[in-house]
Amino acid sequence: MRFWRRRPLMCRELVEVITDYLEGTMPARERARFEAHLAGCDACTAYVEQMRTTIRLTGRLDERDLDADTRTALMHAFHGWAGSG
Amino acid sequence: MADPPTTAALSGLSPDERRLVEALRNRDEDAFAELIDRYHESLVRLAMMYVASRAVAEDVAQEAWVGVLRGIDGFQGRSSLRTWIYRILVNTAKTRGVREARSVPFASLGGDGEPAVDPDRFLPVDDRDRPGGWLSPPTDWDGVPEARLLGAETMAVIEAAIEALPSRQAQVIRLRDVEGFSSAEVRQLLDLGEANQRVLLHRARAKVRQALEDYLGEEAA
Repeated sequence: MRFWRRRPLMCRELVEVITDYLEGTMPARERARFEAHLAGCDACTAYVEQMRTTIRLTGRLDERDLDADTRTALMHAFHGWAGSG
Repeated sequence: MADPPTTAALSGLSPDERRLVEALRNRDEDAFAELIDRYHESLVRLAMMYVASRAVAEDVAQEAWVGVLRGIDGFQGRSSLRTWIYRILVNTAKTRGVREARSVPFASLGGDGEPAVDPDRFLPVDDRDRPGGWLSPPTDWDGVPEARLLGAETMAVIEAAIEALPSRQAQVIRLRDVEGFSSAEVRQLLDLGEANQRVLLHRARAKVRQALEDYLGEEAA
């Protein structure tokens, strides 16, 4: 029997520690508390899923292609360097 | 010209990066073209967090490439080639002038003045039934088609949300989530402590998520 238990995490607290959880920097005991909350809370489960989706989509941002003028300028710099060696 | 260090010094690099470094040391034009295709635009974007305009950021990125070429023979391979290139960019950008207007003083980062979610969406912490519980819970995005999630409009929403961030937050989310650097690499590139880096990332992600929720809202409901 345990004499002391940490009180459960509140939803409004969970949204503030989610980054520690997702970045894997949360101590094991806190992690267990976080996951115990998720197990009983559909709203926070949806929040965590939204955050995972946000991270995944952010990773899909397209870069613009290099424009021709920039490429020319950079290759010119390259040839200046390669030729001077 | 000094002899390049032996390839043994590059044993920590991925085969792909080692190939690029060796080719560049041999003055191989294709290797340089490959690198600028991969990284130039992203370097410009990062530079924009430090300087006043796209034009200056372009300049800074071009100057950084010159630094890469000058340094490649002496590159030790202690970090990845990519991290090294970004490091040169950051240093070049800083030299050109940090744009203070967009940055948040670090003293204000530890406070709780900037919650991840609007506090009005939660019950009070002394609520009898569900203290601090959701009043206006987030919806499930499972119903949103993948094509919509990855569509140009959604991407524009994310881009706009990142552009609206204070510059330190924008730098961190770009490097960590857009470019996929590890958090250790991000800390090294931006000279940040672990706690600060995480706070900045937390704030940035929270705002991008909120922008997506606002945008996808009707659809998901």
